[in-house]
Amino acid sequence: MTPLLKVQNIAKFYGNRIGCRNVNFDLYPGEVMGIVGESGSGKSTLLNCLAGHLVPDDGAVLFDTRTDGLKDTVTMPEPERRMLGRTDWAFVHQHARDGLRMNISAGGNVGERLMAVGARHYGNIRSDAIDWLGRVEINETRIDDHPTAFSGGMQQRLQIARNLVTGPRLVFMDEPTGGLDVSVQARLLDLLRGLVREMGLSAVIVTHDLAVVRLLADRLMVMKDGHVVETGLTDQVLDDPQHAYTQLLVSSVLQV
Amino acid sequence: MIRIENVSKSFTLHNQSATEISVMAGASLHVPAGECIALVGASGSGKSTLMRMIYGNYLTASGRILVDGVDVACAEPRDILQLRRHTLGYVSQFLRVVPRVSTLDVVAEPLMITGTTRDAATAKAQSLLERLNIPERLWQLSPTTFSGGEQQRVNIARGFAYPYPVMLLDEPTASLDPTNRATVLTMIKEAKDRGTAIIGIFHDHDARDQICDRQIDVTGFTPGLAA
Repeated sequence: MTPLLKVQNIAKFYGNRIGCRNVNFDLYPGEVMGIVGESGSGKSTLLNCLAGHLVPDDGAVLFDTRTDGLKDTVTMPEPERRMLGRTDWAFVHQHARDGLRMNISAGGNVGERLMAVGARHYGNIRSDAIDWLGRVEINETRIDDHPTAFSGGMQQRLQIARNLVTGPRLVFMDEPTGGLDVSVQARLLDLLRGLVREMGLSAVIVTHDLAVVRLLADRLMVMKDGHVVETGLTDQVLDDPQHAYTQLLVSSVLQV
Repeated sequence: MIRIENVSKSFTLHNQSATEISVMAGASLHVPAGECIALVGASGSGKSTLMRMIYGNYLTASGRILVDGVDVACAEPRDILQLRRHTLGYVSQFLRVVPRVSTLDVVAEPLMITGTTRDAATAKAQSLLERLNIPERLWQLSPTTFSGGEQQRVNIARGFAYPYPVMLLDEPTASLDPTNRATVLTMIKEAKDRGTAIIGIFHDHDARDQICDRQIDVTGFTPGLAA
């Protein structure tokens, strides 16, 4: 089987400081990979390099495109990469307002991505938007409200709907449940798991919450100071951590 | 179905002055299809450790652990995931679920991820929950608020939803009343009859004698304790 995403030797430097370095992994269709580490460990830098938001200083990010197979997204022309960003990729930001347009309606937020890939029939766009609002448990009566009128959890769910409406194959998530209270977090996790299973999505999830990765991720990568210190099956890394830093991380979790 | 050859395991506690604890050495065993073996030994002798190594939860330092031809000791994560989806079932002592997901969905999940339709998976889940005496009014609720015995039965229902050819059972009858215990033992026997290879830990001696063909004392695999 061809991997959906093949990451080879990615490095990103900020002057003399290391953003991330020497990162290698393959992600297969349907797989969810978690990236954990303390703040400043390079998780988000890596995610942004993978999603084409930052240009890595070294290495390649190969994506299995529908037409040409594996292709390096770092060196591909900008329009092509932008097209991927609108179609096969999705990016869920930690702060929903970074991923939403706050001054257009909820329906417009979902519809924009559809229009970007060529949908023009207004009725169809609206019914697709209603369908997706329903899937993320937002009442359809709120379709014409602006996201500013939504709670934080609803904004996050709207951002997910906007991202998934075009049927992407790969979703990047940066702390998708960060800043939400626990009951909303649980709903969101349940929703994400269901969507990953039903749509056969692959995902890369950056978080510092070990409970979140245990429930969502098949595989786990632990980062510290820009380096990958440990990788493996999620429950293996959490139950039998090998590296000193991972052991510290796992043993520092407060028991409820 | 399960073949373990000369397996060893040690833990290094980096944050506690890098203490290295050797917990297993020279472990070997073989379980053919349709056989059930019990791991015995005192607390701390490594029964659960061995089970977790077979499931791929714990890394193996050396040796081979073959489950249906896949060497868990050195397989890629995605191969282990594939193995767990279709071949290797594990009923742990504790239920770990996403909050807010209904009991019915928790039990149906192993079937859904292997491609069974929602209707068929739900029907199977219903019959299992009924058999294990979980009242129907609880089916739509999340099992997180259930009693210990109820949670364990939900866990068993989930573990037996898909007909895995290899199963690991960690004290499946520990907190059950006599009626449910008998049901669970019957379910284990049925699994054996359809050719499932089973490794179990049973502190319940009577249950062990009823369903296990052999016992393996893991104390023999513990360095420093072996006679």
